[in-house]
Amino acid sequence: MSKPKVATTSLAGCFGCHMSLLDIDERILQLIELIDFDKSPIDDIKEFTGRCLVGLVEGGCANEENVRVLQDFRKHCDILISVGDCATMGGLPAMRNTIPLRECLEEAYLNGPSVYNPSGKIPNDEEIPLLLNKVYPCHEVVKIDYHLPGCPPSADTIWQALTALLGDKPVGMPYELIKYD
Amino acid sequence: MSNDLSAAVKEICLQHNNDRIYLMDILRKVQVDHGSVSDEAIDAIADAVSIPRVEVESTATFYAFLSKEKKGKIVIRLCNDIIDRLAGVDVVAKAFKEELGVDFGETTADGLITLEYTPCIGMSDQAPAALVNDEVITYLSSDKAREIVRTLKKTGDPKKLVSRLGDGNNASPLVNSMVHNNIRKKGDVIFADYPDGAGLKKALTMSPVEVINEVTNARLRGRGGAGFPAGMKWQFTRAAEDPEKYIICNADEGEPGTFKDRVLLTDYPERLFEGMTIAGYAIGAQQGILYLRAEYAYLSNLLENVLAKKRKDGVLGKAILGKKAFDFDIRIQFGAGAYVCGEETALISSCEGSRGDPKNRPPFPAQKGFMGHPTCVNNVETYVAVVRLIDMGAAWFTSIGSKGSSGTKLLSISGDCHAPGVYEYPFGITIKQLLQDVGAEDAKAVQIGGPSGQMIGKEDFNRTICYDDLATGGSVMIFGADRNILEVADYFMEFFIEESCGYCTPCRVGNVLLKGYLERVMNGQAEEADLEVMKSLARTVKTTSRCGLGQTSPNPILTTLAKFYPEYTKLLKTSKDGFKPSFNIQEVLQESQSITGRKSVHFS
Ligand SMILES: Cc1cc2nc3c(=O)[nH]c(=O)nc-3n(C[C@H](O)[C@H](O)[C@H](O)COP(=O)(O)O)c2cc1C
Ligand code: SF4
Ligand code: SF4
Ligand code: FES
Repeated sequence: MSKPKVATTSLAGCFGCHMSLLDIDERILQLIELIDFDKSPIDDIKEFTGRCLVGLVEGGCANEENVRVLQDFRKHCDILISVGDCATMGGLPAMRNTIPLRECLEEAYLNGPSVYNPSGKIPNDEEIPLLLNKVYPCHEVVKIDYHLPGCPPSADTIWQALTALLGDKPVGMPYELIKYD
Repeated sequence: MSNDLSAAVKEICLQHNNDRIYLMDILRKVQVDHGSVSDEAIDAIADAVSIPRVEVESTATFYAFLSKEKKGKIVIRLCNDIIDRLAGVDVVAKAFKEELGVDFGETTADGLITLEYTPCIGMSDQAPAALVNDEVITYLSSDKAREIVRTLKKTGDPKKLVSRLGDGNNASPLVNSMVHNNIRKKGDVIFADYPDGAGLKKALTMSPVEVINEVTNARLRGRGGAGFPAGMKWQFTRAAEDPEKYIICNADEGEPGTFKDRVLLTDYPERLFEGMTIAGYAIGAQQGILYLRAEYAYLSNLLENVLAKKRKDGVLGKAILGKKAFDFDIRIQFGAGAYVCGEETALISSCEGSRGDPKNRPPFPAQKGFMGHPTCVNNVETYVAVVRLIDMGAAWFTSIGSKGSSGTKLLSISGDCHAPGVYEYPFGITIKQLLQDVGAEDAKAVQIGGPSGQMIGKEDFNRTICYDDLATGGSVMIFGADRNILEVADYFMEFFIEESCGYCTPCRVGNVLLKGYLERVMNGQAEEADLEVMKSLARTVKTTSRCGLGQTSPNPILTTLAKFYPEYTKLLKTSKDGFKPSFNIQEVLQESQSITGRKSVHFS
């Protein structure tokens, strides 16, 4: 029987959650006994090669490409997990949600005290994905099966969730793993 | 000019002995005299009363009837609560806007008139209704709205708006208002015909402990909503060690659709004060406070007059009815437009001149209440019931009503029915009977106990009003066959969002989220899973909020989900691909597309 597949992605996140995943250290060897990575920055596979058991999503949706990728994950993954506060709540990027988009862009590219931009233009290349009016947590865009809070969730938390799911066991978290003070 | 303001404000403070306890009165007076409680006025008050500026500011900015911005000399507050919406308040609102040339929240250019919305002002039986300064205007129509504006522009005097007088004491020169009592059914306890004074006289022949025992044996429970046994509360307050004790009457009557206390305050204030005096005797209190909502300021002359008369007659003041050791007096404390101040600990904060923030319990008011002294807070109707109860005895009282709920209950009935008004029923009355009596047999839904209570449908009309079944502080709102239940729930959520004091995150934020989900359902963008999220969020808000407001605020959603589930499910979407129907990519890209001037490549 072939191993189940896991895909991961970073949307509007800082890659910190992926770093935390890598923090499982030598357990990564155990992990690759259990699974194959599909689309993921870890193995640099860019597009899905087939159906996955689990999709780990870091970051919320700040632009149209994030939405497209997230919807792609939903299509290909049986179980989708929001990993970290950006995915579950929008996190730091969502701080822009109280400020109109145009003002955000003007502050970033024209008016900010450290801006050097002799062109006086806001970047607008075809290649740049369009921003959404706000940053959305993943569950506002597609159905999410599990949420792992934390910024980032600790390696142990991620490990616990993954091994439970792969072992077809309920994802129960000991208090220490979801306690943040 | 500004020195004038400061001097005038300090004069007001001086009239109140520069005492912090009277901060609410000071602020109200400043607002009325100067149209606002400006930063300058706040400075002057802090200075005169010798308290930190921030304390004055936090109180001044908490209440709907106080404002930093300058208001017009006349403020029109149109009730846009649910019952008024059913009664067509939108055409009235439109007429006001057109005639004044300003929108809600604005003031006419000449500074004469400010137009505002307000939640229930306790006139749901004569909706649509509005307050014009202290005057109450009932049964509004668009024509009347236009006429009101014209009269105000011509005379500048809200008193000129009162044309027909109401019944009972509403017609007294001390009140002079067009409000109607609408007492539709009199029972044996509250509205019974009996002479004033008998209850107090009898109480004074008993020992205080005997009085409390009588109240306990009568199994009288609080009539304000929560239904706590009154005898037990009295006994706790009496037992508290501190000899300085207070009796407070909760006349905040803020639960939308409740107006029975208004009628008691209008036509039975003697009985209310008598009941408070009996409580004072039983508990060993020296001072009573009537906490009166600002919306009922039109009753203040009448109430002060009754108090003065009682002092003259020796039934208030020193050595009441010749009883040497018994001194008791009552004063009126006005609120300033905040529903949460009906919650007893918030009410006490307000009486102390602070923001109407609820307090942590324990300690309960019976141990540490007003200014840290043992305090008994009861509803208007509870005190009125005591008078008759003491006069007739506990055995008589328990013979009325149902097994677990003795006595009668006043119901304020409004909405889609022929005879809205106040009804006194023995506990145990069925909803069916009540609907028959008010002329609403074809009702689709009944909201029992106001927004914080529950919505029930036809299958529950055989249930009864009593503490063990449908408990209520008295609000009964009836919705006819073609009413949209979800719109009602949505409005109730809006009410709680507006009235939350903001202290607890679950109440402050959770209710906004809940309303968002509800709107998602109403817009046909929700799926079944969203209903589950709503339920779980509602449970979180209920269980993690500090006071009764947050603990009941999700009820409009929870009870309509329970009783009117098909109204939700018929609007649900199913999503086959797991994409949320509420997420509309075109909508959220619109702003970006207009800023960049290009179309989406991923979603075209
Ligand atoms: C948000 C909120 C508003 C309330 N408003 C009122 C009110 O307007 N009148 C009232 O009598 N009780 C109100 N109550 C209940 C009071 O806290 C308190 O229980 C009651 O005044 C006690 O009197 P009773 O035992 O005679 O009913 C409210 C409670 C909450 C949580
Ligand atoms: S949750 Fe924290 S660690 Fe994870 S992507 Fe967001 S900011 Fe980075
Ligand atoms: S539950 Fe709501 S109203 Fe009550 S204290 Fe908390 S925030 Fe204030
Ligand atoms: S006065 Fe408008 S609903 Fe009560």
